[in-house]
Amino acid sequence: MQPGSHRILDMTEPLQWARYHWQRLIGRTNTDDDERPYSYSSLLACGGKSSQTPRLAGKHRVVVPHLQLFKEEYEKFSGTYVNNRIRTTKYTLLNFVPRNLFEQFHRVANLYFLFLVVLNWVPLVEAFQKEITMLPLVVVLTIIAIKDGLEDYRKYKIDKQINNLVTKVYSRKEKKYVDRCWKDVTVGDFIHLSCNEVIPADMVLLFSTDPDGICHIETSGLDGESNLKQKQVVRRYAEQDSEVDPEKFSSRIECESPNNDLNRFRGFLEHSNKERVGLSKENLLLRGCTIRNTEAVMGIVVYAGHETKAMLNNSGPRYKRSKLERRANTDVLWCVLLLVIMCVTGALGHGIWLSRYENIPFFNIPEPDGHTTSPVLAGFYMFWTMIILLQVLIPISLYVSIEIVKLGQIYFIQSDVDFYNEKMGSTVQCRALNITEDLGQIQYLFSDKTGTLTENKMVFRRCSVAGFDYCHEENAKRLESYQEAASEDEDSAGSPSGSLSNMAKSRAPSCRTVHGRPLGSVSSNHLTGSCFALESREGASEVPHSRQAAFSSPIETDVVPDTRLLDKFSQITPLLFTPTDETVPDPPPETLYIIDFFIALAICNTVVVSAPNQPRQKVGLSSLRGTPVKSLEEIKSLFQRLSVRRSSSPSPARGKEPSGAPGASVSRLALFSRTKPASPAEGELSQPRGGPQDPDGAAGPAEAGKAARDAGVAGGTAAPPPGQPSASSLCYEAESPDEAALVHAARAYRCSLRARAPEQVVVDVAALGPLTFRLLHTLPFDAVRRRMSVVVRHPLSKQVVVYTKGADSAIMELLSVASPGGPGLEKQQMMIRERTRKHLDDYARRGLRTLCVAKRVMSDTEYAEWLRNHFLAETSIDNREELLLESAMRLENKLTLLGATGIEDRLQEGVPEAIEALHKAGIKIWMLTGDKQETAVNIAYACKLLEPNDKLFILNTESKGPGLRAALVITGKTLEFALQESLQKQFLELTARCQAVVCCRATPLQKSEVVKLVRSRLRVMTLAIGDGANDVSMIQVADIGIGISGQEGMQAVMASDFAVSQFRHLSKLLLVHGHWCYTRLSNMILYFFYKNVAYVNLLFWYQFFCGFSGTSMTDYWVLIFFNLLFTSAPPVIYGVLEKDVSAETLMQLPDLYRSGQRSEAYLPLTFWVTLLDAFYQSLACFFVPYYTYQGSDIDIFTFGNPLNTAALFIILLHLVIESKSLTWIHMLVITGSILCYFSFALAFGAVCVTCNPPSNPYWVMQEHLVDPVFYLVCVLTACVALLPRFIYRVLQGSLFPSPILRAKHLDRLPAEERTEALKKWRGPGQMGQLASKHADHSAVESERISVSDPSAVFAVMSATACAVEKGTLPVCETALGSDFSETKASGMAGPSKD
Amino acid sequence: MAMNYNAKDEVDGGPPCPPGGTAKTRRPDNMAFKQQRLPAWQPILTAGTVLPTFFIIGLIFISIGIGIFVTSNNIREIEIDYTGTDPSSPCYKCLSPNVTPCICTINFTLEQSFEGNVFMYYGLSNFYQNHRRYVKSRDDGQLNGDPSAFLNPNKECEPYRRNEDKPIAPCGAIANSMFNDTLELFQKGIAWWTDKNVKIRNPPGTDPLAERFKGTTKPVNWVKPVYMLDSDEENNGFINEDFIVWVCTAALPTFRKLYRLIERRNYLHPTLPAGRYYLNITYNYLVHSFDGRKRMILSTISWMGGKNPFWGIAYIAIGSISFLLGVVLLVINHKYRNSSNTADITI
Repeated sequence: MQPGSHRILDMTEPLQWARYHWQRLIGRTNTDDDERPYSYSSLLACGGKSSQTPRLAGKHRVVVPHLQLFKEEYEKFSGTYVNNRIRTTKYTLLNFVPRNLFEQFHRVANLYFLFLVVLNWVPLVEAFQKEITMLPLVVVLTIIAIKDGLEDYRKYKIDKQINNLVTKVYSRKEKKYVDRCWKDVTVGDFIHLSCNEVIPADMVLLFSTDPDGICHIETSGLDGESNLKQKQVVRRYAEQDSEVDPEKFSSRIECESPNNDLNRFRGFLEHSNKERVGLSKENLLLRGCTIRNTEAVMGIVVYAGHETKAMLNNSGPRYKRSKLERRANTDVLWCVLLLVIMCVTGALGHGIWLSRYENIPFFNIPEPDGHTTSPVLAGFYMFWTMIILLQVLIPISLYVSIEIVKLGQIYFIQSDVDFYNEKMGSTVQCRALNITEDLGQIQYLFSDKTGTLTENKMVFRRCSVAGFDYCHEENAKRLESYQEAASEDEDSAGSPSGSLSNMAKSRAPSCRTVHGRPLGSVSSNHLTGSCFALESREGASEVPHSRQAAFSSPIETDVVPDTRLLDKFSQITPLLFTPTDETVPDPPPETLYIIDFFIALAICNTVVVSAPNQPRQKVGLSSLRGTPVKSLEEIKSLFQRLSVRRSSSPSPARGKEPSGAPGASVSRLALFSRTKPASPAEGELSQPRGGPQDPDGAAGPAEAGKAARDAGVAGGTAAPPPGQPSASSLCYEAESPDEAALVHAARAYRCSLRARAPEQVVVDVAALGPLTFRLLHTLPFDAVRRRMSVVVRHPLSKQVVVYTKGADSAIMELLSVASPGGPGLEKQQMMIRERTRKHLDDYARRGLRTLCVAKRVMSDTEYAEWLRNHFLAETSIDNREELLLESAMRLENKLTLLGATGIEDRLQEGVPEAIEALHKAGIKIWMLTGDKQETAVNIAYACKLLEPNDKLFILNTESKGPGLRAALVITGKTLEFALQESLQKQFLELTARCQAVVCCRATPLQKSEVVKLVRSRLRVMTLAIGDGANDVSMIQVADIGIGISGQEGMQAVMASDFAVSQFRHLSKLLLVHGHWCYTRLSNMILYFFYKNVAYVNLLFWYQFFCGFSGTSMTDYWVLIFFNLLFTSAPPVIYGVLEKDVSAETLMQLPDLYRSGQRSEAYLPLTFWVTLLDAFYQSLACFFVPYYTYQGSDIDIFTFGNPLNTAALFIILLHLVIESKSLTWIHMLVITGSILCYFSFALAFGAVCVTCNPPSNPYWVMQEHLVDPVFYLVCVLTACVALLPRFIYRVLQGSLFPSPILRAKHLDRLPAEERTEALKKWRGPGQMGQLASKHADHSAVESERISVSDPSAVFAVMSATACAVEKGTLPVCETALGSDFSETKASGMAGPSKD
Repeated sequence: MAMNYNAKDEVDGGPPCPPGGTAKTRRPDNMAFKQQRLPAWQPILTAGTVLPTFFIIGLIFISIGIGIFVTSNNIREIEIDYTGTDPSSPCYKCLSPNVTPCICTINFTLEQSFEGNVFMYYGLSNFYQNHRRYVKSRDDGQLNGDPSAFLNPNKECEPYRRNEDKPIAPCGAIANSMFNDTLELFQKGIAWWTDKNVKIRNPPGTDPLAERFKGTTKPVNWVKPVYMLDSDEENNGFINEDFIVWVCTAALPTFRKLYRLIERRNYLHPTLPAGRYYLNITYNYLVHSFDGRKRMILSTISWMGGKNPFWGIAYIAIGSISFLLGVVLLVINHKYRNSSNTADITI
């Protein structure tokens, strides 16, 4: 076990746990069809827990080629592995019925009804005919089964489509690769794939046409990341130049059992001579990914079908229970209680009644054996009979109806044309099916900043180098003009094609050819994402569009250089680095800074370069070999050659030959030497990007010779590309848009990144020609360090240089105190630092994202020393993460500041309006961002999260504002303390008084903790919205998680409940659809309760007149069908189509959203009032006919008929009264219900003579239809029953209309009046009053105050931050405490006015 | 070999990909239904809008109510309780079970003459004919003349299913407890047509009834077997109208059942002129054990059935309430209209 990894695992553990359980489920499904003795124990061993085991688990798999040659061995090992056929369906034709039933009976409600059915089979308590009670249950089960079946069938079709995709598999018979379906691929097969093909199964890469043995894959289908990832050919095979011949492949592969960890693969490849080569995740091609930029690859399948990592990572649709449903569930329990009370009443009543007539054989009919039942026992039996009789009180159809209604609601949300994004061709996706109504109750909104509020289109705006600020005014002008053009473009972009072409304009036809895309998208999405059919397609084609837009619009790529800087840049000449001087003479230091700065921008990243047009020549790596570093002589000669070339060729060297063979050999050697010791265990220990152990590439003579041969071969095969791609046609595939922006900016200064390989980076510097940096190390970015570094050997100075780029706070602390260049330089450094800091603040104030760039020059000895330690860290098993972190810290210090950059992340369209609207809707918005405070605050102002006339007060300066609309700005460090147990309460109290909270510098974990804290402590409905992987935890924790399908891939979308393409869509989603869904569903649920209670009580009242004997005055069939058939459709239609206020009004009056927040449509009181009304209506419905027919000669079922008919009309008319809008669909359904009832009654009455004893309804309805009394009774009953509610609604409408009602009035006004009225409604003074009437007080105070007074922003940060530095918690507490009390004091000023 | 493949790939131009997901835009249709903009009737319930409804309903209801009330008042009805619990009653002697057969005579006077057909009912109170087990205790198949059920009645009839190993016809508690007082007057056509002709039938056959009922025995409480209920073949056996009426279980514990119909002979004379009458009762049915009451009811009938004062009053009451509410709403509307209209605009 690895204790060190626990820290990280802790947070992912619940997730893994869930995944693991899900896997087991999947595992179970597998066995149903694959009758293979595939054991889950392997799954269990490698589920969540096993990711902590460093070594191979006891069980691992051996893969041998699936060829005749190894047939025996193959069967021995691989015979039991599943093949590549996938089946994501739950059911087969055979097991559908039992399995579906089994699953359905997991629901309590269904069990209850099963219990009733069983109960009815007990003769003593039997109330209905035995079969009749089964009917509702059967119907409900059938409906759900049909729904499940259809869903499953859709999955089946997709499965089939995927299974029948074709790939090339080596066939020994034909001695070549033949086309075969995916489903026929088995473990051990050799697969040959070409560019843009989708990988059919997890396979180990054995060959790539790329001479470096590299293959690029795109994993967007898997994790949504749209940048290309590099994979490497297994080490020994990398040297082979021809394709591996499957016939000769005699090695076997041993690797770990299938597991879901995408970032881990361990194993080794054992050659026939027992030599072992380690395998890591770098060698594994994952199912569902697409081969890019590589002509062809070949590999051997190790995991297939359901055992692939992609399938194991598959997660089904999310299941959450909404607040409303929880509320409804408690009310169902109330109904149960009511039922019990009614049944007890019945039981007691019957007992008492019977005790009066115990000896009257008329009433106490003796048992068959002659003895009579005692009243007590009869009462007991009666209890159960009553339960059967009154069972409808518990609404069985409620759950089914809710599900149907939600499907309808989702249908409408998804077909809302306003959510359609022309550019991306995407619309809203509802991934969670059962929390639509939660959208209408959101109280807290947590938003990420980058990519959520902003476009995440990073535009290079300014930079500061060596203390000089370069404004890039031309660039700014360009951006402005672009903005205009873009907005025009958007206006004119009626057709999607137009906008797409606009996007693609700057970028030559993408290297991702459209062809192959659909396949990739469909399958990959299916493989990785949820299999839920509703959104699978949307999810699928999201990717390509976003990809096209990603980091590639001209606004991001074309940077106009600043003329001043360009001038300075042009001063750079190769002379500066004249190789004849061992030491750099004394160039103006600023120039050096500038060149270093841009080189750092160009190489300190993980950007992958690709050429768009010719995927074949993946830029230059084939010929651009690493720089020779063998000996000084060689270097010198090389450099001379270089300069010669340069002088000879007019175009600044874009040639590729110069580097030549030796470099290649070195890199190869490094690779090779690293390979050697790799045993399976160590193989995974060596960092993927971890540098070679021998920094100088010192290699033995033998190896050198080999390398030379190697290189020769390489040079031979890699034919020089036909046309050198010009720098402008390079594609940069960056992990983050910031990186892309910086690389593009560097390119604007003709310092362009040309190629990147694991071992080297080529940068084309205008004045110097292509420079090849040997990449010694890359310390990737992480959230803790907040910086990344590359360690390179500078090709000119030959020094080991560390380039670091990161957040300013992270870099500033690490700058060297003493400069090696003596006091003069030191002074200069201090000056640069000061000025840069000023510039940084300035940038941040302008809302730019700032990054600092620094470098460090290391001596070889220093480097060797560090390397040794680093190697130790890399190879240690315990505390590896910590050690690596320490190691990074050792490297990243004594830095020299080069400069800083300011990148603009433009606000998304419509964000300020959306935020304003959400604010007005009473939603508290928190912005959680990793950016620095100034940037965050700036963006917050820009998007109107903070009011523009707010004044910023920093509390640690003891300034106390009169201010009243408070906003809190808190930094990550402070947050850490605020989240501690002891401070949580105060923190929340503080935030409760703030309308907006901005958390900057927050880590992903903190984000989710904040959400969790607010959600659990304040018991509010929370919504988290984000677009990146760092928002995933927050999205998962919140009640509703919304993903933005934008630039940063699909992780957020995958984890979310709803996915939108832009933040501004949130306002319609919440204000309109949320409101509607909530109102609709809550009204429908209430109506359902009402309906059932009202109807069942008719039976109950009748018990008082039949000695509580459980007689029903209605025919049983009618009784059962009443709920199932006659009154089931109208509430569903009501739940789907009800529209209390029009969408326009809801958008214009965000205030209306507050009713949902306060659950006004469905309060406990509403429930009880509804029940009371139901009681009243049932009383009326029973007693009006009762008095009418009292004492007459009417028989039981003739008496029941008018009762029933009246009840039907009452229940339907009640719906009409409650409906706010009635379309022809409502009318159709209501009329249909009535017709259905009458035709059933008539048909049943005509046909059934003795079929349904004792209640044979023969001719009853027919008799009644010609009897005027029947009509008069029904009319009277309906009027009496509905009068109170009608009157209440009328009085409410005219005396105390709710805001919603008043808004509805607005809908009917003519256009001009309406705008006038809206204006008045929104009038400031009124709003406060209105809000104070309803809203919780704290929100209101700040709201009202906001109108008149400027507000204060309290920054708690500084006070606590310094306390933190002191390291004493108590101090911190008091600091925060005092801040808090001050805030409180100022906050109190508001309420005291009341 | 490898080159082969490369070359081939280039010729092919890539992997075989099934078409699909082509340039179909996913923009949702902009139609009224999908965008939830269907034209809708949006009733707004305010005092102003519903005012007319209330007045109209009020007026209609009051007029209907008056109509019903008048009709109901025109119905002649007389009820004579002959349970005999009061010692002064002539039937008091019949309370003791020893007197069989017990015949008592009750005198009564019709103040007004009864026009048209006069229906003669017997009424029982506190008799729970709607008790669940009682209701079930019969065999509809048997009553419908179904041969299989005829000799082997339904289990629901227990314990009145068999007697001395012979099936009881008709079986069950309902039949067993059949009302068997005789009220002497005239008779004809009292059961529902469907009951008599469809629902309830004698066992099929052309033999005399006694032959067809062979193999069954009479209900325990009965004096005569079912095929001797009447001498008229059309009114004997199961299709005896008194029996059918009884089997049609009453909905409420206090009920009346039609006993005889006194037909109007001609239009010149009332069916039952005012005057003194006396009722001859053969008192068989004992109800005092469960506090039951027995009545004889004579009633004329209108389109709305028997006399029922509640109904007309209820209509009038609801009509008046609705009218009153209309007035109240008028006031509200008048008083609040301005403010409610401005409410639309301001608050």
